[in-house]
Amino acid sequence: MSVASHQEPEVVVYRRVQRWSVYLGLALLLVTFIIYVSGLMKPYIAPTELDEFWSLSVHEYIETAEIETGWGWLSMLRYADFLNFVGVAFLASVPIICYIAIIPVLLRDRKTIYAVLAVLEVIVLAVAASGILGVV
Amino acid sequence: MKRSSRLRRVALCLLLLFFLFSSYASAQTDTQSLSDSTVNGRPWWYWPLLLFIVSFLIGIVAVLGGIGGGSLFVCVVASFFPFHLDFIRATGLFMALASSLSAGPSLLRFDLASLRLAMPLALVGSIASTIGAMIGLALPTNVVRISLGVAIMGVSIFMLTAKKSRKPDVEHLDKLSAALRIRGVYRDRGSGERVTWRVHKTPQGLLFFIFVGMIGGMFGMGGGWASVPTINLVMGAPLKISVATSSFLLSITDAAAAWVYLNNGAIIPMILVPSIVGIMLGGAVGARLLRVARPTIVRWIVIGILAFSGLRIFLQGLGL
Repeated sequence: MSVASHQEPEVVVYRRVQRWSVYLGLALLLVTFIIYVSGLMKPYIAPTELDEFWSLSVHEYIETAEIETGWGWLSMLRYADFLNFVGVAFLASVPIICYIAIIPVLLRDRKTIYAVLAVLEVIVLAVAASGILGVV
Repeated sequence: MKRSSRLRRVALCLLLLFFLFSSYASAQTDTQSLSDSTVNGRPWWYWPLLLFIVSFLIGIVAVLGGIGGGSLFVCVVASFFPFHLDFIRATGLFMALASSLSAGPSLLRFDLASLRLAMPLALVGSIASTIGAMIGLALPTNVVRISLGVAIMGVSIFMLTAKKSRKPDVEHLDKLSAALRIRGVYRDRGSGERVTWRVHKTPQGLLFFIFVGMIGGMFGMGGGWASVPTINLVMGAPLKISVATSSFLLSITDAAAAWVYLNNGAIIPMILVPSIVGIMLGGAVGARLLRVARPTIVRWIVIGILAFSGLRIFLQGLGL
């Protein structure tokens, strides 16, 4: 199958940004997990104790293990298990990064409706990522 | 194309190296402190390793069965593993997210996934999946189990009965698709012909995506089983465009819900990472097996697994 030769600029930007972001995200996930399982850094919850927590509901888990919600994991990056959150959060951020990258391209090409859609999507994803929503 | 496949091969080797290394590291840790590294007679790495193997198999079966791995993962792991449903749903979402993100660039590159078609649907879907995730985390576990059981049994029936249309007829554009100029051209690999496509019934498609997003967010299932028929049968996009665009846009809708689960603490890396690595490796092997396997038989097996697991989860929710 031949590569499309007349792709719209925003598509080219989106796929390129996504491709490299995914590589970076997966690499972060793998490296931090290797650090975790190899014991190079101390974990917050030892792997041997995990089975006491993984059968609890998330509400019981964060209460019992005294884990901060929202972006609280940033203050726990000294622990190997929480270091994994860097890769996890980065992967979840990839669509936001891609949308932010295409907004200038859409505006430059005067594709106003799509620029508005992109801005709205960034807002939705940013609100979801912000942690301000909590749980119903 | 060569560059892309070379990068894919490098990524595959890295994943394989990672697995070998982590297995070795696990074994070392276990040997060093045998007295406290066993839990209930099992080494601590027993469940993560089993999870990796199961995710790997799910990755193969999902590709051969033509479904996303998220749904299969959630129902199998919720049925047979000791993890709470909250962590399983979060992991299911991240698995679907990782798979979708990996596939996206190639699908866009060959004009199979359409950014114009994806953007409005993804916006509605991501709002709905955020709300779905919040509701899913707030509901009592047994209610989620019962609903999930019903949803999975519904998915299996849907897969059994859903129709597909290779090239639906779109005679009249609706105002929205005309305003958004949702259309495209792709080259069919089989026939070599250039296929021009456009869509209709965009408002109805957007309404369906509220449902797709809600279910995806609530239960941690990718949602390809519902989004493909919506784009194909409701909006009239060709099947190839529907499958590729669905696969691409789920990275956006799943990311919104994934953030809600992440912010609520539903991530345990020892569950998440082996699952993602397993399903991605399995997916790569499944894509190779696709040339020799008989997808129809595998699809029947997938439907059987979904129906059985769905019933099991439903009964667990009822406390039976």
